[in-house]
Amino acid sequence: MMAIFFAVLQRDLRLAWRKPAEAATGVMFFIIVASLFPLAVNPDPVVLRGFAPGVLWVSVLLACLLSLPRVFALDYVDGALEQIMIAPQPLSLIVLAKVAAHWLTATLPIVLLSPLLGMLYGLDSHGLIVLAGSLLLGTPTLSLLGGIGAALTLGARGGGVLLSVLVLPLYIPVLIFGAGAVVASQAGLGVQAHFSLLGACFLLSFVLAPWAIAAALKIVME
Amino acid sequence: MTGINWFKYAAPQTFFHLSGKWIPVLGWIAFFLAIAGLYIGFFIAPTDFQQGEAYRIIFIHVPAAWMSMVIYLAMAFWAAIGLVFNTRLSAMMALALAPTGALFTALALITGSFWGKPTWGTWWVWDARLTSELILLFLYVGFIALHASIDNPQRADRAAAIIAIVGALNVPIIYFSVQWWNTLHQGASINVASAPKMAVTMLIGMLVMTLASWAYSVAVALFRVRCIILERERHAAWVNDLKEVKS
Amino acid sequence: MLFTDLAFTLSPGDLLYVTGENGAGKSSLLRILAGLLTPEDGEVLWDGADIRGHGVQYRQSLLFLSHLNGLKDDLSVAENLSFAVRLTEGSVQPERIAQALNAVNLQPYLNERVGGLSQGQRRRVTLARLWLSRARVWLLDEPFVALDAASVEILKGRILQHLQDGGMTVLTTHQEVAIPAERVHRLKIA
Repeated sequence: MMAIFFAVLQRDLRLAWRKPAEAATGVMFFIIVASLFPLAVNPDPVVLRGFAPGVLWVSVLLACLLSLPRVFALDYVDGALEQIMIAPQPLSLIVLAKVAAHWLTATLPIVLLSPLLGMLYGLDSHGLIVLAGSLLLGTPTLSLLGGIGAALTLGARGGGVLLSVLVLPLYIPVLIFGAGAVVASQAGLGVQAHFSLLGACFLLSFVLAPWAIAAALKIVME
Repeated sequence: MTGINWFKYAAPQTFFHLSGKWIPVLGWIAFFLAIAGLYIGFFIAPTDFQQGEAYRIIFIHVPAAWMSMVIYLAMAFWAAIGLVFNTRLSAMMALALAPTGALFTALALITGSFWGKPTWGTWWVWDARLTSELILLFLYVGFIALHASIDNPQRADRAAAIIAIVGALNVPIIYFSVQWWNTLHQGASINVASAPKMAVTMLIGMLVMTLASWAYSVAVALFRVRCIILERERHAAWVNDLKEVKS
Repeated sequence: MLFTDLAFTLSPGDLLYVTGENGAGKSSLLRILAGLLTPEDGEVLWDGADIRGHGVQYRQSLLFLSHLNGLKDDLSVAENLSFAVRLTEGSVQPERIAQALNAVNLQPYLNERVGGLSQGQRRRVTLARLWLSRARVWLLDEPFVALDAASVEILKGRILQHLQDGGMTVLTTHQEVAIPAERVHRLKIA
């Protein structure tokens, strides 16, 4: 059964590898958005350090959102999705593989780059580690929840904007716990509670989201 | 086993006629209860010694906030029933409840800020309850927007049901996270809902207003379901035989 | 509402032509048979059981080629085909893919990217799955469209062989392509 998971994962990773520009665009978007805030607000190091956690987390959130339609939209248009849906393999497992591929190609590069941006915002080394760690633990939840929205908005009018309206409110707990972890580390407090909560969010979405995405795909393919 | 065929009431035609009888009753109940509740709230209930007259907005704010949450859960419940049992009427109920729920959420936000101005000196404070209400409004908007953007009514019902269920599962997590965030950042602030040592008359006023809101919500939702039934079943023979349609 | 009062049974070796005007619902019927679309009323049975309840056994015996090719432009012909087979039947030997491409005269394109092929060639890549499939039920939506005369003959031969091996085929078409099968049924959707 896991064979199909890896078959889908391999295919999607290969597709992403052959179109590296798409993933690179998402990374560039993240860098640009994150560098707008010092220009718009205040480049003073103390002020920057204060809003770094929130700004960086929101930038990651938006970059993740921007890449979400790609999870299913292309397969939907060229008919690959209907072939996937009539396969005898469990759909939720296939869907999980697609979400995993999306996270690896679209979000992981951003997470890996985030400490660099954190340095530009004057975070200390401990803050950088907490930032990267919170993103590493939090962003898979974003991909899983976003997958539900991406599936539901297939073929709907106003896809991209609608997707944001559906998904962003669901992202709020992850944003609070993730950015909160970095804030807590700056204040010299422990971050264990934040990380536990991020982990709980991930486990919950890992169990429930593939099922919801599969149900959503069955509905929109009708 | 009683032998009543409950599914009989789930047929849109039966429901249409039954609900037609109930709407005026519920409407009048809502009207009189609201009059009574407002009278108690604005004339009988004593002035609060801390907050003066401004606190009286809670007679609208608190019922509205309660309704906003209850209606979201009811909406998700009907949506789930519609998704699982494929009953047309349940999905229509969910769709009909959404605008009322969004309305109460907006009302709770607006009255909350009216209360905030004299009490906190500003229209908006990132208080945990107000922030949660704001996010709840976003969830309602998402449900309505998704339903509106899919042309096929059955597919729209089913897709919107998924987001309603996901939203309902998320509501407790969102509330917890916002509460948590709030205590970390601000410490305890006075909450709109927790007027200390509430007098009995205040409680009665709030209760009456809540009952009025319930009656209003059910009446309006039923009314909207009737509109949706007419729209979706416009080709059915029984709709064309209605005397309202014929004239 | 596209169609009502529609009933038919297929046995091993049966070929069913579905004909009808554009927009009559030929493709919708195939999508219902594939289990992608739920009919408003009625059911599709496989071995006497509803396909919605016993989906896995049915889908293991199913090959559905819609009017969309379902090919990825950025994958090679071989990669596309091997993924399609892995979805339904698990693993596949590379030689079998080469043989299938041989059958549709596309062997030189084995490692070409699909994005560089013409429409007719893409269609033939999709049809090469008929040589890789062990499915008993074939649902083919307009399989002869965009094919040259030689390819039409090859395809007819493959379908006939499938029927003789005890398979079943449902195909939609707007121009009658005669396949000399023993048991041919016709269904016209008004």
